Amino acid sequence: IVTHLPSSPLHNETQTLWVLRGVVGLEIHAQIHATSKLFACSRVAFCSPPNSSVAFLDASLPGTLPVLNRRCVEAAVITGLALNCTINRKSLFDRKHYFYADMPAGYQITQQRLPIAVNGSLIYSYFGGRKRNQVLSRCVRIKQIQLEQDSGKSLHDDQRSQTLIDLNRAGVGLMELVMEADMSCGDEAAAAVRELQLILQTLGTCQGNMSEGQLRVDANVSVHCPGEPLGVRTEVKNINSARYVARAIDYEIQRQKKVLENGGIIVNETRAFDSKSGTTIPMRDKEGLQDYRFMPEPNLPPLFVYEDEASVPAGVNPTQVVMIDRLKAELPELPGVRRARMVDQYKILPEHSFTLVNEDGLTEYFERVVRNTKAEPRKVIGWVMKELLGNLNQQSLKLAQSPVSPEALADLLNVLESGHISSSAAKVVFQEMWKAPEKAVEQLVKELDLGLVSDREKLLKICQKVVDTHPEQVSE
Amino acid sequence: MFPCCFIRRSFLSSVVNVRSGASGLGATAPGSKVTAGRRLFTSQSLHRAAPLRPTQPRCRLSELPANGAWSTGRRAAGCRWSSNRSSSNADFSSKIPQFPTWEPVAESQLPPPTKVSLDLVDKLERLALVDFGNQEGVNCLEKAIRFADQLHVVNTDGVEPMDSVLEDRPLYLREDTVREGDCAEELLRLSKHIVEEYFVAPPGNIPLPTREERSAMLKHADF
Repeated sequence: IVTHLPSSPLHNETQTLWVLRGVVGLEIHAQIHATSKLFACSRVAFCSPPNSSVAFLDASLPGTLPVLNRRCVEAAVITGLALNCTINRKSLFDRKHYFYADMPAGYQITQQRLPIAVNGSLIYSYFGGRKRNQVLSRCVRIKQIQLEQDSGKSLHDDQRSQTLIDLNRAGVGLMELVMEADMSCGDEAAAAVRELQLILQTLGTCQGNMSEGQLRVDANVSVHCPGEPLGVRTEVKNINSARYVARAIDYEIQRQKKVLENGGIIVNETRAFDSKSGTTIPMRDKEGLQDYRFMPEPNLPPLFVYEDEASVPAGVNPTQVVMIDRLKAELPELPGVRRARMVDQYKILPEHSFTLVNEDGLTEYFERVVRNTKAEPRKVIGWVMKELLGNLNQQSLKLAQSPVSPEALADLLNVLESGHISSSAAKVVFQEMWKAPEKAVEQLVKELDLGLVSDREKLLKICQKVVDTHPEQVSE
Repeated sequence: MFPCCFIRRSFLSSVVNVRSGASGLGATAPGSKVTAGRRLFTSQSLHRAAPLRPTQPRCRLSELPANGAWSTGRRAAGCRWSSNRSSSNADFSSKIPQFPTWEPVAESQLPPPTKVSLDLVDKLERLALVDFGNQEGVNCLEKAIRFADQLHVVNTDGVEPMDSVLEDRPLYLREDTVREGDCAEELLRLSKHIVEEYFVAPPGNIPLPTREERSAMLKHADF
């Protein structure tokens, strides 16, 4: 039970009331959407034959040196700008040492001392309130964004007691986003992750597909009484999809609360989330606390990015220049801005705008319908939310698979606006359009004989007919 | 014929290098004496134990390695190359001092000696996979730390730490194009064990055996 009372816990002899609150901080690794890797010219590919896109540097063969990919630097700067970060004009690369079979070099090149972007914020919205239909706005601080290398993939073969190593992923550029522990429950974390996913996809710097490992989330979870120092935290790994984020974190918060309420203590450990059981399990940690022995990367001088044209020294090759001003000007419309614009421009509710931006391509669909119809946007949104999304969800279809195109829906709404059919009839027509997308709206209306009759004579005849066939009711 | 003769006409500055190269090829050249001298110096330094705080200058003038190129060009008899240089080119001011400026460092100027505990040895062996072997190895490390402690005498106020000598060079940014890869066969050939185009590793990190286990292993090993 999470209470939001800021009061101090009540301790007395007769009753101990623990007002424990969860504290959640996320570490997110986003795979940079680029053609080649961070320091080598091998391809970034998903689902290639094993070890087929591995450069000599990725296999850490002697005689190789890292050469930084400009696209990765730009991606990190663009992401930093979108998250309101301060971009460090100078950033440094370091080596983080640890031994594992999928990291042949024995160290990972990262940015520990001076990362490329710091002190940003992510504003996210999530459905909260009593009925979960209120759009609440929250902010989580971003401590830093750093560039680092990905490791290879290990496939564990427990039967033969061996691990198979595929280095295709080794050396791919990652952006590590470290967030401050500003969140308190799984729902908030899931909403933050979803918002980050949308932002990264809009920017094009990361495709954000969690199932393909393009976005990996590790959660640092602890509980404490508000006002008291933070409790011991555990790290939760192996969260493989957006919907598991909330479940894993909520489970861990509950587990820690139970342990403390039963008088136990929390151990600083790494736990893996098991999606089948919905629980977290401690990972084998024989090595104790890791000492990574950070050391400056001697093969890479400091990375400089420039503010604007004026700050670039003379004689520097333009291909060597990453300009913050230029990248800022090229930023696309971010989800938060788009949501506000939809509400402003079309006078729709924030909840609807939230759904529009949340679903892939739905905003474009909505805007196309609005462009092609006389109907008010507020009417259109109703049809999109209820009829269109309802059908899609029922049949588990994606928007791209919708049999009804935006133009067809616009046609239907035009017919409705002109008064040829009633709104209940329109709903019937919509379902028929869904089943037979090749038929035009007018054709369907005729076939189903749903046209409203407005000819006075005809109406009189029909009424007369009804009166004639039911004399008993008339005389009553 | 000697190719250097032709080159001398067009590239005066490099004639010296070419000739020392020629001497390396075994042609009779005045440089051979110098080369031998250089080799002599190298073997000498290997056998001499490096003193921590030498009471006499470490590098005496007579033992300075005579740079083959320079002395060949100037036909130095002994190796008094510094005086030679000043006579041949009066405008040249070397940053290398004419006489040794070595000063012994007093024990009192240094921080207290670092003792490497057994726990630290175990930790280092686990983190860096080095084998200290025995107490002599640990002593060697402690001596090396003591030698490096001399750096504490240097005043570094207001000086930024240096990461590498290349840190003032611009970091080269390359284009995002694919130019490597597709060499799975070549890479897999490097490994003794492979399974269907994958490298094979043990199921997890094998923990380093403890000190006792290791001595037991060594006892039973056949060498």
